Amino acid sequence: MSILVGANTTFIVQGITGREAVNLTRECLDYGAGAKVVGGVTPGRLGREVHGVPVFDTVEQAVAHHGAPIDGSVVTVPPAFTKDAVFEAIENGIKLIVIVTERIPRRDVAQMVELASANDARIIGPNCLGIIVPDVIKMGGIGGPAKDAAKAYTPGSIGVISRSGGMTTEMSSTLTAAGMGQSTAVSIGGDAIIGSSYAELMPLFEADEATEGIVIYTEPGGRMEAQLAQWVAENNSRLPIVAFMAGRFMDEMPGMSFGHAGTIVEGKEDTATEKIARLAEAGITVAEEISEIPALIQAKIDERKS
Amino acid sequence: MRFYEYEAREIVRRAGIPVTEFGFATTPEEAKAAAEKIDGPSVVKSQVLSGGRMKAGGVQFADTPDEAAAHTVDVLKIEIGGQMPRGVLVDTKAEVEQEYYAGVVWDGTAKQPVIIFSPVGGIDIEQVAEEQPDKVGRRHISNLRPLTGFEAKEVIASTGVTGSELNKLVPIVTKLAQLFIDNDMTLAEINPIGRLADGSFIALDAHMDMENEARGRHKKLLAELGVGDDETREAREPTAFELAGEAVDSEDHRGVAGNVTEFDGNLGLVIGAGGGSLTLFDAVRAHGGKPANYCEIGGNPSVSKTCGLAKLVLQKPGVDKIAVMMSIVSNTRVDIVARGVIKACLELGMDPSEKIAIFRIPGAWEDEGFKILDAYGVEYADRSVSMHEAAKRAVEKIGAGS
Repeated sequence: MSILVGANTTFIVQGITGREAVNLTRECLDYGAGAKVVGGVTPGRLGREVHGVPVFDTVEQAVAHHGAPIDGSVVTVPPAFTKDAVFEAIENGIKLIVIVTERIPRRDVAQMVELASANDARIIGPNCLGIIVPDVIKMGGIGGPAKDAAKAYTPGSIGVISRSGGMTTEMSSTLTAAGMGQSTAVSIGGDAIIGSSYAELMPLFEADEATEGIVIYTEPGGRMEAQLAQWVAENNSRLPIVAFMAGRFMDEMPGMSFGHAGTIVEGKEDTATEKIARLAEAGITVAEEISEIPALIQAKIDERKS
Repeated sequence: MRFYEYEAREIVRRAGIPVTEFGFATTPEEAKAAAEKIDGPSVVKSQVLSGGRMKAGGVQFADTPDEAAAHTVDVLKIEIGGQMPRGVLVDTKAEVEQEYYAGVVWDGTAKQPVIIFSPVGGIDIEQVAEEQPDKVGRRHISNLRPLTGFEAKEVIASTGVTGSELNKLVPIVTKLAQLFIDNDMTLAEINPIGRLADGSFIALDAHMDMENEARGRHKKLLAELGVGDDETREAREPTAFELAGEAVDSEDHRGVAGNVTEFDGNLGLVIGAGGGSLTLFDAVRAHGGKPANYCEIGGNPSVSKTCGLAKLVLQKPGVDKIAVMMSIVSNTRVDIVARGVIKACLELGMDPSEKIAIFRIPGAWEDEGFKILDAYGVEYADRSVSMHEAAKRAVEKIGAGS
């Protein structure tokens, strides 16, 4: 099994005629059993096709053409138009929205998230690469072209959650090389405000029988790790977690942003040191190097089984 | 992006919140003129982006305009937090009966702005929160519903403030929250708000941060305040090396080869992407290496941009070798980065096999990339070599060479 998406998930690509979106569509169609990309939206391009996917002016037209509710949307429109695109998707009944776009002001993001929760919809991202269920489906650019994604990701029992798109693949590839596959890998995005944090995805993994352990990639900045630590402490989770913390050098450089928009040390709680301490307190093992992750998570899984 | 106090004050004034009479001055003459306008005792405050002005002697009190001019001469000479002042703010020295705190920030967990209010102002709000938690009110505000005023009323009332005090503070705090929203701020703070003898309230100091990503939609305000497009307003000013990195990155719009930060080590880094760069920088340091810089490549930059970045790093004084490393790439092409860094070495008359300590970029088009590296004798690694292991090899090589 998996979380968020599965073999039958249908989705559209908003901004489908953009260069990156055309590639992304190809990759998703080619991967696994082939994603059900049931339409694309670019205003003014009704009637065109992208790799055989019909293009519409509006989400409403795409839903009407499909003849049934559409599960998801990958949003790849420029930052100034993203809020409008996401609002349109939500109002047309779409429940899972992956926002790829970078550099969206956080007020816009916060508005999208608030409208999504009022409509029982979920946002992944922004500034993310999306979701992959190895060998089944990928929704977004995660892992790249189908043959590259197939090299890094294999089916298995580890859930991966990461603030960095590239590191989602690096960690999954490391797990794969050690013979450990992934149930679902989610690139949650690198911004200060994102649709789904670690703690907000944990209940989904908790309910997914195929998942036996969680690996996360974290960075300085924000309170998301503290939120996860709190969730773990309060929920008596069956899932062991191993974390990797990058950007430890940033503790010496408060006020400077590196890597991602949300990655900045603004207060004591933001620092790598403080986050590592919080995670450790909650029983989450923090790996010093990526290569240690497979053995650490395996040991924790074995420990819970015995 | 942080505003100077004199800019933040102007933003507060424009929002319709009462402020004391103030003026910005870069010379003693201007300061004198501003103090004359105030017509009474004044305060001369250094305009720097960092805190700690009072301790450093950057805040001086003056009874006459001539005294204000004299203080300005002194204050303009004092460096604070590594920064020379941009000028001074000449402010009215107000007689206040009580000081209050009001601020608005983002709560990334709740994903909403939060209004913070305290009747204990003039000092660090975090200190108040620690020592007198019942004196600090907090309330989230909706992202979708317009502010109407009861939100501020609830926060203020929760700290025990009532009567005419409450009714006079509600519009000020509401306007502050509205200003935060309208200007895409990440921080909007008035500390202190002062209550004067006549019972009126006035903003005495303000801190504002605008989100960088939103600068484009506030061009008019920024132009009117005189904030240049090239002002980064980061914790520290960019160095010449960092500005050169920015110039390389803006050469064309394909991908990223920039976000350069200068350090003083001997190992030049050509690394990527966002999370990969953070991981690799840590890895180099964990193995005892001394990076000469931080940077990011990603999004499939052109050969010429990659070459430009590599040249910049190779030419940095004190750099012995460079390490070219990324996490597994799926969008950026390995062969393009390989061509870029080799071209950089050749154009500078350097031997790639000598200068490139290690090339560790697995992923898209890696076979093509590795072929090119083979031809020039550059040591490379695929995904079977971890990021930390690659960093270690680079550090060992540079250790052996020096």
